[in-house]
Amino acid sequence: MKITLLAFGIVKDIFGNRKIEIELPEQSTTADLKVLLDSQYPALQQLAVYRIAVNDEYSSEDVIIKEGDEVAIIPPVSGG
Amino acid sequence: MIDIQISSSPLNISACIEKVSSPESGGIDVFIGKIRNVTADKKVLRLEYEAYESMALKEMHKIADEALRKWPVENIVIHHRTGVLQIGEAAVVIAVAAPHRDAAFEACRFAIDTLKETVPIWKKEIFEDGEVWVAAHP
Repeated sequence: MKITLLAFGIVKDIFGNRKIEIELPEQSTTADLKVLLDSQYPALQQLAVYRIAVNDEYSSEDVIIKEGDEVAIIPPVSGG
Repeated sequence: MIDIQISSSPLNISACIEKVSSPESGGIDVFIGKIRNVTADKKVLRLEYEAYESMALKEMHKIADEALRKWPVENIVIHHRTGVLQIGEAAVVIAVAAPHRDAAFEACRFAIDTLKETVPIWKKEIFEDGEVWVAAHP
């Protein structure tokens, strides 16, 4: 399935876009997505940390991503 | 009362204080996060803030909800700015009103500390010789 990823902050620079589409096998978890992203975008591994949000909520590693979910890559936040 | 906003226009600090004021509130604590002109001895020209707005609003709401649960607080306002900010401008305003000052101080401290940890907002510091996304790298 095709999933659209929203990118913010430095991840937008790493992807070269604020939105990218990737092909993800059905039943993939956020942990699976991280493995895929780390191999396609090695610069992500240089970050202090990054988290994945699904439908506006930080997700744990075992959350299964479904078609149509809003998936965002969240680098270390620095508001305030 | 909870009031949460993300705005690309300048924050109105006195309006935030007005919003939390109530007859029950004996104390109002206000935190204002401002743009500083130096980071690690380097001169900062300006900052650029970006938010994942829908999620940031949700996370800011969670903070306010938790503050109201944990402390006897009447009202809380959390406003965050986005876009290009110049030195001295306010990036965030948190105002907390409570019957007594201890709760107002503690809830306000909790709100800014938690905001910095959980709310998906990012800032980029622009220097004379380059730019850096704050906290991105270890």
